Amino acid sequence: MNQLSILINGMPLLLKGLVVTLELGVGFIALGLVLGLLLASGQIYGNRLVRIFCSGFVQIFRGIPAMVLLFIFYFGLAQLNINMSAFVASMIAMGLRSAAYQCEVFRGAMQSIRSGQVVAVQALGMNLLQRIRYVVLPQSLRYCLAPWSNEFAAEIKDASLCYAIGVTEIMRQGRYIITATFGNAMLIYVTVALIFLGVTSTGLWLLRRWERRLRVPGL
Amino acid sequence: MNLVFDWSWLGPLGRGLLVTFELTLIAVSAGFVFGLLLAVGRVYGNRPIRLLSSTYLTFFRGTPMLVQIFIIYFGLPSVGIMLSSFVSGVLALTLNSAAYQAEYFRGSILAVNKDEIVAVRTLGMTPLQAIRHVVIPQTLRMVIPSWCNQLINLLKFSSLVYMIRVPELMYEGRLLAMFTYRNFEIFLIVGAMYLATVLVLSQVLRVLERKVRIPGLGAKGA
Amino acid sequence: MELLKVEDIRKAFGSLQVLDGVSFEMEKGDTKVIIGPSGTGKSTLLRCINLLTKPDSGTVWLDGVEVTDPKTNINHIRSSIGMVFQNFNLVTHLKVLDNVRIGPMRVKRIDKKRATDLALEKLARVGLTDKVNSYPAELSGGQQQRVSIARALAMEPKLILFDEPTSALDPELIGEVLAVMEDLAQSGMSLVVVTHEIGFAHSVADEIIFLEGGIILEQSPPEKMFTEPKHQRTREFLQKIAHLDGYESRASEET
Repeated sequence: MNQLSILINGMPLLLKGLVVTLELGVGFIALGLVLGLLLASGQIYGNRLVRIFCSGFVQIFRGIPAMVLLFIFYFGLAQLNINMSAFVASMIAMGLRSAAYQCEVFRGAMQSIRSGQVVAVQALGMNLLQRIRYVVLPQSLRYCLAPWSNEFAAEIKDASLCYAIGVTEIMRQGRYIITATFGNAMLIYVTVALIFLGVTSTGLWLLRRWERRLRVPGL
Repeated sequence: MNLVFDWSWLGPLGRGLLVTFELTLIAVSAGFVFGLLLAVGRVYGNRPIRLLSSTYLTFFRGTPMLVQIFIIYFGLPSVGIMLSSFVSGVLALTLNSAAYQAEYFRGSILAVNKDEIVAVRTLGMTPLQAIRHVVIPQTLRMVIPSWCNQLINLLKFSSLVYMIRVPELMYEGRLLAMFTYRNFEIFLIVGAMYLATVLVLSQVLRVLERKVRIPGLGAKGA
Repeated sequence: MELLKVEDIRKAFGSLQVLDGVSFEMEKGDTKVIIGPSGTGKSTLLRCINLLTKPDSGTVWLDGVEVTDPKTNINHIRSSIGMVFQNFNLVTHLKVLDNVRIGPMRVKRIDKKRATDLALEKLARVGLTDKVNSYPAELSGGQQQRVSIARALAMEPKLILFDEPTSALDPELIGEVLAVMEDLAQSGMSLVVVTHEIGFAHSVADEIIFLEGGIILEQSPPEKMFTEPKHQRTREFLQKIAHLDGYESRASEET
C-alpha cells in the first residue's frame, strides 16, 4: 500500500479529529471571550480589589505555559480526586488561559477609546452602563477586531496542545495513522499542518470580512 | 487532601530550568539572525525571494508549534534525516521564532522613514549600504519591545519539547511526577517557576528597553 | 429665583489651587461669557456646574435644585444642562442623526419617532439638514461643532455650557459656529460661554466674567468691561486678546 493511499484512507480519521479540535478550540475561545470581557471591565471600572484580582489572574494564566496548565487541571486535579475527562479539563484550563489573553486585547481596545466622547455623553446624562453600551463597547469592538483576530488564530493552533493529555483530536488521529497503518510521518504531519493552515486562514478571512463591514470613517 | 513538598525536587527541576534557558537563548538568537534575513528578503528581495520568504512565514506562523516539532522530530527521519532530541527541539523553536521575529522586523523596516534612505542614496550609497547604515540600526532599536515579547513567548513554548524528550523543565517535572505521583504539587511548582521567570524577565527587559531608548525613534506598529 | 447659582467653588489639583472661591449667579435668558488667561480654571469652573468635575467645596444650584448634593440624581440634572466641548466629542461611530437623537432616546427615553423629529428640527436650526446621514469624520470642524450644538439642543436644556467652542477650529469656520450661538442667545436660551472670542463677548454677552488666579477678578457688562476695566490685570489681558483678534477696545486706545 503506497503512502498516498494510506493518507487518503486516513483522511476521514483526520477529519474526525479536526472536528474535536474545533469543538475544543471554538469552545474555549468562547469561554475566554465571556470571561475576558468581564476581566477587562473589572480592570477598567472595578475598585482596587477587583483590579488586583483581575490583573493577578491575567498574569498567572498568561505567565504559565499552556502545557503546564493542562497538566495541572487534568493530572493534578485527578490526584486530588477531582476527576474529569481530558476534554473537559482542556476546556477549563484553556478557557481560563484564553480569558487572560483576550482580556488584554479587550482592555487595550477599551482604553484607546477617546475619552472626550465618553465625557460628552456623560454630560448628556447617561449613566455608566449606558456609556459602556452606546459608546465604549461599539468602538472597542472595532478597535479590538484586528488584535483579536490574531489572538483567535493563535488559540485555534493551541488547541493542538490538548493532544498531550490524551484528547482524541487531530494530532492523535495523525499519530494513530502513522503507528497503526505505517503512514509516512512527514507526509501525515505536513498534512495535519496544512489542515490547520486552512482552518486559521479561513477564520482570519471571515474576520477580515466582518471587520470591513463594520468599518466607519474616522475610526 | 494532603499536599507534600520535597526540597529534593528542586534539584532536577532546577536543572530542567537551565536547559529551558539554554534552549530559549539559542533559539531566540538564531531566530533573530534568520528572522532578520527573512524580513530583508521579504521587503527588498526580488520576486522569487519574496515568494519563498512569505511562503515560509505563512507556514510557520499559520501552523501549530507542536506540529512543527513533530514534523522535524518524527518527519525528518522518515525522509532520512536523523537529529537528536535537543537539536530537533532547538531547530523547531528557531524556525518558528524566526517567522515571528521576521514579522516584527518587517513592520519596523517599513516604518523607517523613506526620506532618510533617499538622502543617503543621493550621497552615493548603494542600496545595500543604505540598508546596512540606515535601515538596520533603526530597525534593531524599534523591535526591542516586540522582541522582548517574543523571548518570553519562546520561553513558554519551549515547554512543548518535553514531548520529544528534551530534558527541560517540563520534562523533568513529568519525570518527577511519574515517580512520586505528586502531579498537583509538582506541576504547580513548575508553573510557579515559569511564572517567576517570566515576571523577572519582563521587569529586566523593561528596564533595558528604557535605557536604549532614543527620543524620536518610536516603534510604529512594531 | 435665579436659574443658576454658583457659590464659593474651590478646587485644587494636587498642590495647584485652580479655583479659590468662585461665586456668581445668572437669570434665565442671560448669556455669561467667562474670559481669562489659560490654565486659570475656566474649563474647571464650567465642569463643576454639571459636576463632571467635583468641586472640593462650594455649591451649585440649578433652578432651585442643589446640583452638588450627593443625594441629587446627577444624570437627571445633566440632562437639563447642555454642554459643547472644544473638541466637539461627537461619537465617531454614529451618524450625525444618531448623535443628535441618542440623548433624547436613551437618556430621556423619548420614543424613536419623536426623538427623530426633534433631532431633525435642531439640525435644521443649526443649518445641517443635508448632513444627517454623514459620519462625524466626514464633516468639517465647524460642521461637527454645529452638530454638537444640535445634540445639546435636542435635550431641550435649561442652560447650555460652552467650553472654548471655537478654539479648535480653523479661522474661517469660527464664524458659522458663533452665528449659531448668537442666534441661540437672542432667542432666549441661557448660555455660559468660556471663550477668547472678544467680538462675540462684546456683542452677545449680558455680563463678562474675568477669571484669574482662581478667583473672579472682575465682573461687568461688556461695555463697562471694555471701556473702564477696574483692574490693571484685566486691562493687560484685554489688550493682549484684542490685539490677537484685530479688535481694538477703547480701553487700549487710552493707554
